[in-house]
Amino acid sequence: MNPIAPVAKIMEWGPSTQVLVAVFLGFGFGFFLEKGGFGNSRVLAGQWYGYNFAVLRVMFTAVVTAMLGLFGLYYAGLVNLDLVYVNETFLWPQIVGGVIFGFGFVIGQFCPGTAVVGAVTGKIDAMAYVSGFLVGAVLFAFGYPLIARFYESSSMGRVLLPDVLHVPAGIVAFAVVLMAIGAFALTHLLDRKLGNA
Amino acid sequence: MSDPRDTPAPYWNSYKAGFGLGLVLLASFLLVGRGLGASGAATRIATYAVHKVDAAAHGGTEAEATSVAKKNAYLGQYVKGPGDPLDDFLVYLLVGLLVGGFVSGVLDRRVSFEITRGPGTSARRRLVLAVLGGVVSAFGARLARGCTSGQALTGGASLALGSWAFMMSVFGGGYALAYFFRKEWIR
Repeated sequence: MNPIAPVAKIMEWGPSTQVLVAVFLGFGFGFFLEKGGFGNSRVLAGQWYGYNFAVLRVMFTAVVTAMLGLFGLYYAGLVNLDLVYVNETFLWPQIVGGVIFGFGFVIGQFCPGTAVVGAVTGKIDAMAYVSGFLVGAVLFAFGYPLIARFYESSSMGRVLLPDVLHVPAGIVAFAVVLMAIGAFALTHLLDRKLGNA
Repeated sequence: MSDPRDTPAPYWNSYKAGFGLGLVLLASFLLVGRGLGASGAATRIATYAVHKVDAAAHGGTEAEATSVAKKNAYLGQYVKGPGDPLDDFLVYLLVGLLVGGFVSGVLDRRVSFEITRGPGTSARRRLVLAVLGGVVSAFGARLARGCTSGQALTGGASLALGSWAFMMSVFGGGYALAYFFRKEWIR
């Protein structure tokens, strides 16, 4: 059987269909983020201070769901993975960027998607975060020449965990599921120990 | 007494919300061949804004923009023709994100003007830190080429090496700094 996904590439969708689909996907994205409580910085802060682990649970559940779907359909021959964009690896910029992003998360207690959801539901601190983020994006662009070399460093291209671990994707996916279950169990244990509601 | 019709509904169980989010991410992979992202739209909006301000400062017409954005080593990649920076998957995704978040908030009666903050902090302090956090996050997200959605969720689900490194670094950096901001959130 020939792959049927990604649909946009195999069916050669036009721009207007792609716009519609993007808005529709964004709708679901915002809807579930808001349902999960991510428009409220108190929920997000709970992850760092141990009183609410919604961040880890929502995030890992989403990663595992999409991962199993994507690789399951790939193994079934229904997805052409070569046509699915996978983030290219720039190892050091991503590690350093991740640490800085973690700092920003803890200082502002939002991340971009959650702040947008907070902002549209009237949370003024979320609007403050979004405005800071836009300012930061402009500052980054103008400061870019200073860090351009680092930004382009350790470029590894499209590298998947199975490539570097030299095991099939199915094994890595299984390990990710186990890790997620372990992390969930840990958060429930912590909830009991810390007396969280 | 509060009217129950005014009381916000409880948040969904995290696994249920996460499952829904995961299906949306999967649909994005299957339909358009790429995942979700939230921070990338900010770069497009920034490019557009720089372009507009530039045009206004040089006579007011779009055509006369001296192309500060175009010449900028980073923003330049997003300016190819007129209107270009905003004509992007990530920007349309953002439009949907705004509507989806709002609709969910309305349905659950959670739309209200307030400053969400911890018990130990003032409204003003919370807002200052939120702006600062936004600025810092933008640097991190641009350097890493994505944020919690574009890297951690999307790259995480597609098993990209750098995205997993990013995700672990976010948690590492967050927990390393959390101690110093604890008084904002816990008594």
